[in-house]
Amino acid sequence: MTNPVTKFRVEDKLYQNRYLVDSGRPHIKVRPHEQPSANLLALTRVCPAKCYELNDKGQVEITADGCMECGTCRILCETSGEIEWNYPRGGFGVLFKFG
Amino acid sequence: MINEEFDAIVIGAGMSGNAAAYTMASDGLKVLQLERGEYPGSKNVQGAIMYANMLEKIIPDFRDDAPLERHLVEQRLWVMDETSHTGIHYRSEDFNEVKPNRYTIIRAQFDKWFSRRVREAGATVLCETTVTELVRDDKGKVIGVWTDRAGGAIYADVVVLAEGVCGLLGTRGGLRKMLKPEAVALAVKEMHFLPEEVIEQRFGVKGSEGCVIEAVGTISHGMAGLGFLYTNKESISLGIGCLVSDFTAKMESPYALLDALKNHPSIRPLIAGSEVKEYAAHLIPEGGYKAIPQLFGDGWVVVGDAAQLNNAIHREGSNLAMTSGRIAAEAIIQVKRRNDPMTKRNLALYKTMLDESFVVKDLRKYKDMPALLHNNAGNFFTTYPRLMSQAAQNFMRVDGTPKIEKEKATTAAFIKARSRLGLVSDAIRLALAWR
Ligand SMILES: Cc1cc2nc3c(=O)[nH]c(=O)nc-3n(C[C@H](O)[C@H](O)[C@H](O)COP(=O)(O)OP(=O)(O)OC[C@H]3O[C@@H](n4cnc5c(N)ncnc54)[C@H](O)[C@@H]3O)c2cc1C
Ligand code: SF4
Repeated sequence: MTNPVTKFRVEDKLYQNRYLVDSGRPHIKVRPHEQPSANLLALTRVCPAKCYELNDKGQVEITADGCMECGTCRILCETSGEIEWNYPRGGFGVLFKFG
Repeated sequence: MINEEFDAIVIGAGMSGNAAAYTMASDGLKVLQLERGEYPGSKNVQGAIMYANMLEKIIPDFRDDAPLERHLVEQRLWVMDETSHTGIHYRSEDFNEVKPNRYTIIRAQFDKWFSRRVREAGATVLCETTVTELVRDDKGKVIGVWTDRAGGAIYADVVVLAEGVCGLLGTRGGLRKMLKPEAVALAVKEMHFLPEEVIEQRFGVKGSEGCVIEAVGTISHGMAGLGFLYTNKESISLGIGCLVSDFTAKMESPYALLDALKNHPSIRPLIAGSEVKEYAAHLIPEGGYKAIPQLFGDGWVVVGDAAQLNNAIHREGSNLAMTSGRIAAEAIIQVKRRNDPMTKRNLALYKTMLDESFVVKDLRKYKDMPALLHNNAGNFFTTYPRLMSQAAQNFMRVDGTPKIEKEKATTAAFIKARSRLGLVSDAIRLALAWR
């Protein structure tokens, strides 16, 4: 019944976008943890830019370069203190041409 | 950084911030507007349908130079299952009027235009400037802002928080609570470029006429969500959004959902051969009336998405944003004219005026919808769409089965899937929430 979903990588999608990366100043950080909570773990699937990934120790890591600043991870994990979330400095980050 | 005092500081150059800054500057107030993006619109995402009446109230001659894509003459509502769609199409020649009612726009371009108008009206607009904190006096009144630029704080009589759905300053400043995952949708969207003639041919439109499709059904994998396809001049905006709580519970990937939508047999031919030039993601406030936070206080007001003023049922947001920005500005102008201070008591005028407008009246009308959709996503977005498709197919397939048997089969399928009581109670709850 379901359609064949063509193989694709989010990286290829993000490649279309314009970013001004603030090198060495990531705007989102994950606090060190032993085991990720359900919400933190969900980010490995739910983050639309696939910034969150599980490392081989079973902990969640972030590479915020492709971040579209949507705020989903903030809503899920800021209150619990699992992540530290800020906007990039003025002018940096994603630059939508169309939006 | 700026050693001047302003009548008002507006945080954000989106729909609501531009409306507020424009209205105040046009009236002669000294306005500073701060925007974190490189240019206004560089951080903003919308479908995007723009409603003319609300902009006309602010800039009556906007049609002369605003970047508009197509005016809408046709709207389709699709209920989809895996292989089909059942739809309502509404198209009318009446929409080909001198001053059309709705247009598609491209937000980055539209926001740049709006911002130019704001500057022309006399406001000072500073981009590449992230506001990092609100400045308060010892009594807690908001008196200015800190930014990430070098230099000190900037002061004003009143601060308009037009910072959008994520609303960092308001939540960090304790003015309102953090959004709940069930009160906000995450939407992803792609821009598909195609030659103008191809779009006109595929959608049966000519000139600047446009067509939009809104879609619900199994495309959201049992989550409360909506897909959309909007025609621009030379591109198609295609996207889908679902509640953050549902994405999390189901561990679904938004980009996979979008790709499945692109591959749906009803959508695929419409975008065939297109070149994708951008992939964007953004949140949409969906909590409705019950989620509206405190809207004003000593030295501040909040407008637009930051104030949850978004009508998810009609997927209207930009018009509520523009209207709340304009009304907040008008309230501030009135307080200023009376030479009164920008206190909580005086700024309550904003809420009084907003309550009288369509913004709050519309949201109040649907106050029970968000919870209903959130709690019944499986039925509304999967079971019913599948049943509708079956029913339609039963009706259309001519295979020698007596019609009476077909009808019975359809009814039986509905009851089997949801029980008689379930169907009735869903219908009643939907009707009540819609009322
Ligand atoms: C996918 C999608 C489709 C949509 N479709 C439609 C539609 O078809 N029709 C419709 O009417 N609405 C639609 N909406 C809703 C609409 O986009 C919003 O309601 C509207 O943009 C809200 O305007 P706003 O000014 O409140 O916020 P925004 O437009 O988000 O503007 C907020 C601004 O504040 C800036 N900012 C934030 N924080 C700071 C800070 N600390 N310092 C400096 N600047 C800051 C941001 O960069 C941004 O420019 C859609 C939304 C999405 C996501
Ligand atoms: S803000 Fe959005 S895009 Fe950026 S890391 Fe968080 S979830 Fe991903």
